[in-house]
Amino acid sequence: MIRVTFIEHDGTEHVVEATPGLSLMHAATSVAVPGIDADCGGGGACGTCHVYVDEAWLPRLAAQSEAEKQMIAMNEETRESSRLACQIPLDEDLNGLVARIPEFQM
Amino acid sequence: MATVDPVKTDALSDPYDIPLDQIDLSDPRLYAQNRWGEYFRRVREEDPVHFLADSPFGPFWSITKFEDIVAVDTNHEAFSSEPFVIIGDAGDDVPMENFLCMDPPRHDHQRAAVQPVVAPRNLAEMEGLIRERIGVILDELPLNEPFDWVSRVSKELTAQMLATIFDYPFEKRHNLPYWSDVVIAAPEISGGTIEREERMAAVEDMVREFSALWHEKKQQRESGAPPSFDLISLLQSSEETADMINLPSEFIGNLALLIIGGNDTTRNSISGSVVAMNQFPDQFKKLKENPKLLRGMVSEIIRWQTPLPHMRRIATRDIEIGGKQIKAGDKVVMWYISGNRDDSVIDNPDEVIIDRPNVRHHVSFGFGVHRCMGNRLGEMQLRVTWEEILKRFENIELLEEPKRVQSNFVHGYESMPVKLTPRAA
Repeated sequence: MIRVTFIEHDGTEHVVEATPGLSLMHAATSVAVPGIDADCGGGGACGTCHVYVDEAWLPRLAAQSEAEKQMIAMNEETRESSRLACQIPLDEDLNGLVARIPEFQM
Repeated sequence: MATVDPVKTDALSDPYDIPLDQIDLSDPRLYAQNRWGEYFRRVREEDPVHFLADSPFGPFWSITKFEDIVAVDTNHEAFSSEPFVIIGDAGDDVPMENFLCMDPPRHDHQRAAVQPVVAPRNLAEMEGLIRERIGVILDELPLNEPFDWVSRVSKELTAQMLATIFDYPFEKRHNLPYWSDVVIAAPEISGGTIEREERMAAVEDMVREFSALWHEKKQQRESGAPPSFDLISLLQSSEETADMINLPSEFIGNLALLIIGGNDTTRNSISGSVVAMNQFPDQFKKLKENPKLLRGMVSEIIRWQTPLPHMRRIATRDIEIGGKQIKAGDKVVMWYISGNRDDSVIDNPDEVIIDRPNVRHHVSFGFGVHRCMGNRLGEMQLRVTWEEILKRFENIELLEEPKRVQSNFVHGYESMPVKLTPRAA
């Protein structure tokens, strides 16, 4: 299992043991972590699984697709660390990843 | 431009009595007569990517299944939103360009300029005002006697919200839904019933009033007034759009888009929620017993109602969908109203189930770069409306079948007589 930590806007932490191969989004929705809506179910099509990946982990992520960049660009509250959780498949390399959840989803 | 026969109102046949290749999903009577469900059910089953060679809107493909709709909606390179996203043709008598009918990159800049007006962060500020206003509207409703919910509540609340977003004079607010209704309701655009003269007059009024508002706000800024967060002020404060008034068709097009986007969608969700709670009284009971289910109910209503039945694209290249070969230049219509009733994705899709799993997984807002930017505002209005309803009323009884809008682009209600039972003191 891959351990990931979500930190809500108000600081509440959720540690999730996630199944390898499934996405970071799925890790959140599987235990209903608040603040990740995942309206499209994981297709990079709605922007509502937006997270800020902790800086230490950013370099380990695969490059974003143009489609992901485009969806993220539509959100006013983006940072360098913005990613769509549904586009991050979890593997051993990401064991321990920390992601912050924005106050709002678009 | 296709010629369109006079508006038909005769009753529709059983969908199984029509040859499959003649089924016309664009027929606005499907919505006025509430028969669309059966037609889409047959097409999803037997011909989910369905070509109709001859219709009042020319030949077109219908995309009827949820996953195919997502595939088309998210592929903006293969499926262009230009020149227009409604099934009919806009016609060149009223030039209006807006970012919904544009592809990236042009689309991106204009949307980015306008989007802040409905940013979730700003909604928190609007919520108090909306709650206050819905309270006033609900408090003035007659009790224990019939009245029309559409005009007294759905239209009124929506008009007030639009006037707020535009900072448009409150006493003239009814212009906003009137203009948006009329601009899209031409027979040749969506099978509606508004004739050209009325539409032209409405557009002229809209141009005059919005231009005046633009100049007024510009003067206010220039004389040092503090920054304002209404739509026109936001357009003026973004470099990309600060001079939009000098591009009349873009100016009027984008403003029209925003009133259209926030007009009958919100109105018909509010109306539809009353229809739904009457058709599924066990769900209403569940809601009253557990008001925490309200957020789920809001999404479920938006799915079940699907205020905008379709969005249209033009294929930019030959492409295969669901085993069918679509050719470059073909008109392709995504039927959101069918996707939302696709039982391969949604269980018991014709039922309102306010606590269903994955309740937010519906296609009413679209997907991809054009996904509805007002979606949280729409959800918020519906939620606040129901929070205030639940404080005041035990029941909202629908007294007869509602009169439904004849349009293939608006799935809504013209009128709906109801009777309110107040909560016991």
